[in-house]
Amino acid sequence: MRPTVVTGRPWLIADEAGKLIDDIDTDQIYHNAHLAITDPKEMARYAFGNLKGWEDFPKKARPGDVLFVGENFGAGSSRQHAVDCFLALGIVAIVGRSFGAIYRRNAINSGLPLLLLPDMPVARLRDLPQVTVNLETGEIQGPDGEKVVRAEPMSRVALDIYRAGSLLKLGAR
Amino acid sequence: MGQTVIEKILAAHSRDEIAPGKIIWLGIDVRTARDFAGASVVKNFRRAFPGAKVDDPKKTFFTFDCNAPANTIAYAQNQQACRVFAREQGIRVYDVDWGIGSHVLLEEGLALPGATVVGTDSHLNVLGAVGAFGQGMGDVDIAYVFRTGRTWFEVPPTMKVVLHGRYEFPTTAKDLTLAVVGRLGARGALGRAVEVTGSAADALDLAGRITLASMATEMGAIIAFLPPSDEAMEFARAASGRDDLAYPVPDPDAAYEETVELDVTGLRPKISAPPNPENVHDVADLEGEPVQTIVVGSCTNGRYEDIRLVAEILKGKRVAPGVVLKVSPATRRAWGRLLKEGWLEVLYDAGAVVSHPACAGCAEGQIGMTGEGEVQLSTGNRNFPGKQGKGPTYLCSPATAAASALTGTITSPERL
Ligand code: SF4
Repeated sequence: MRPTVVTGRPWLIADEAGKLIDDIDTDQIYHNAHLAITDPKEMARYAFGNLKGWEDFPKKARPGDVLFVGENFGAGSSRQHAVDCFLALGIVAIVGRSFGAIYRRNAINSGLPLLLLPDMPVARLRDLPQVTVNLETGEIQGPDGEKVVRAEPMSRVALDIYRAGSLLKLGAR
Repeated sequence: MGQTVIEKILAAHSRDEIAPGKIIWLGIDVRTARDFAGASVVKNFRRAFPGAKVDDPKKTFFTFDCNAPANTIAYAQNQQACRVFAREQGIRVYDVDWGIGSHVLLEEGLALPGATVVGTDSHLNVLGAVGAFGQGMGDVDIAYVFRTGRTWFEVPPTMKVVLHGRYEFPTTAKDLTLAVVGRLGARGALGRAVEVTGSAADALDLAGRITLASMATEMGAIIAFLPPSDEAMEFARAASGRDDLAYPVPDPDAAYEETVELDVTGLRPKISAPPNPENVHDVADLEGEPVQTIVVGSCTNGRYEDIRLVAEILKGKRVAPGVVLKVSPATRRAWGRLLKEGWLEVLYDAGAVVSHPACAGCAEGQIGMTGEGEVQLSTGNRNFPGKQGKGPTYLCSPATAAASALTGTITSPERL
C-alpha cells in the first residue's frame, strides 16, 4: 500500500521574479514532440522540457519531491504523458492553486496525488528545505513537524485509486 | 438544501455525499464504447483485467458510428477488435448499420430519464434531452466502467439558462441553440451542468431538445438538461416498454451558481461562421456567400424531423448547380421512415445524395471531407478548422441548409 503521508523537498514552480507561474499547459509540461514515447520511464527526462527556466528540472528532481504550482496547472490537451512524466520522476504530490479539469481526471486515474491550496503561502514554503504532506488531511508540515498550512485533503475516491496504484489496478482487485 | 437535476441523478446512483466539487463513486446504468476509442477500451481491458468478465454484459454495448461502414482499414480493424471482444463477453453490438450511438440508445429505450450513461463519445450528453445523465470519457475510464459498473465523478456546479419568449418558423431549435452558444461562448458553461428552462425551452419538441442538448459540449458544459415534456416521456416509455419512469426535476430550493436569461422573442435564423461554434451571426447578415457543400445530419440535426423539413423545402425543386447536398440520417430507424414515407425520393429528385446512417461529415469523413477553399454548410455542431476537411465550415439549421441549397449561396429561410 502506498503511503498517505509523504515527505520530500518542495519545488515552487515560479518565474524569475519568484511568482508562481499560472496556466502551465500540458505542452509546457510535456512537449508534443515526445508524444510517441510510451514507456513512462523515458518520459521522465522531458518533464517541464518546454517551460521557460525549468528545462533542466528532470536533472534536479529527486524521488519524493513535492511540486507547488499556480492556477490552472495542466490546462490544455488530454495527454497522459503530462502526468506520467512526474510519476516517473518520483514526484509524490502536486499542490496547486487550481488544476485543469482533464489533467485532474488523468492524475487521479494514474494515482498522482493532487491537492488544492488556493491560498498558497509562497514565501513561507520557499524557506523550507523539506515538507511533509498528509494526503488524507491535507496538513502540510515543515521539517520539524511545525504546521505550515492545510490544503484540501484528497477525496476518498482519489485516495482509493492512489492506494491501489491506478484506476485500472483498482479495477483488477 | 434542495438538489438540482444533476445532483438528484447522482444522488440516486451514489452513496457518497453530493455537493459541487465533491468527487463521488457513481453507479453507471449503461456503459458504451464506439468505434472511436472502442478498440483502446478493449486493449486496456485485456491488459488490466486478463481473463475477466465485464461487470454486466446486459448493460454494456458497442455502438459504431464514426466511420460506418468502415472506409479505412484502421477503423475496420478497430471495429472488428470490438466485435471479437463482444462475442467473448456476450455484449450486444449496434453495428455499422444502426446509426449514431447516442440516438440509438434513445430509440432502443436504453437511455432513460434519470439514468446514468457513459461512453467514449464526447457528445453523449445529448441524452440530457430526455433527462438522462450522459457523459463522454476516455478509454481508461471506460475500460474501468466495463469491468466494475461504476466510476468516479466530480459533482459539477449547476447553472440555469432561462429562455423567455417565443419565436416563429423558419427560426427553429437549431437557431435557438446557436443563439445560446453565441451568448454563453465556448467557456460560458465550463465544467457545469446546465438546466435550460423558460417558455421557449418548454415549447421545444423532442427533436429540438436533442438539438439543444447536443451542443452543451460547445458551451463547455458537462451536460444540459431540458425540462420534462409529455412527448419525451411518451417516447421513453414506448422505446423501453416501461411505465415506471420518472423525469428528474430540481427541488424548488436548489442552488444555482449562475442564472443567465435570454429573451428569444423574434429570434431570427442564426449561423455560426468559421472558425468556432461561438462565432454566431444572423443568417441575413452573411447572405450571398457562395457555398459548394451542404451536409444535413449529425447527432445535432440528423433526426427524422430535421431531414423531413429539408425534403419539404426542396420538394419539386432542384439543388443549385455547383452545390452538392449530402444527407445522412442519424439512425437506421429515421432513415427507414424517411424512405417509406417517400422523403428520400423527394431528396433524390432534388439532386441530393443520401448516405447511410452515421456521424455524417462530422467524424471520419463518412460522407466526405472538404478541400481547401470548398465552403461547407453543416447542420452539425462543430466547425473547428480541419475538423471536416480543409474548407471553411458554417453551422446552421436544416431550414437554412435547404434554403441555401436552392440558391448556392448562404440564404435565410425567411426568403422561402
Ligand atoms: S455526429 Fe459528430 S458530434 Fe455527434 S456523435 Fe457523431 S462525431 Fe460526435
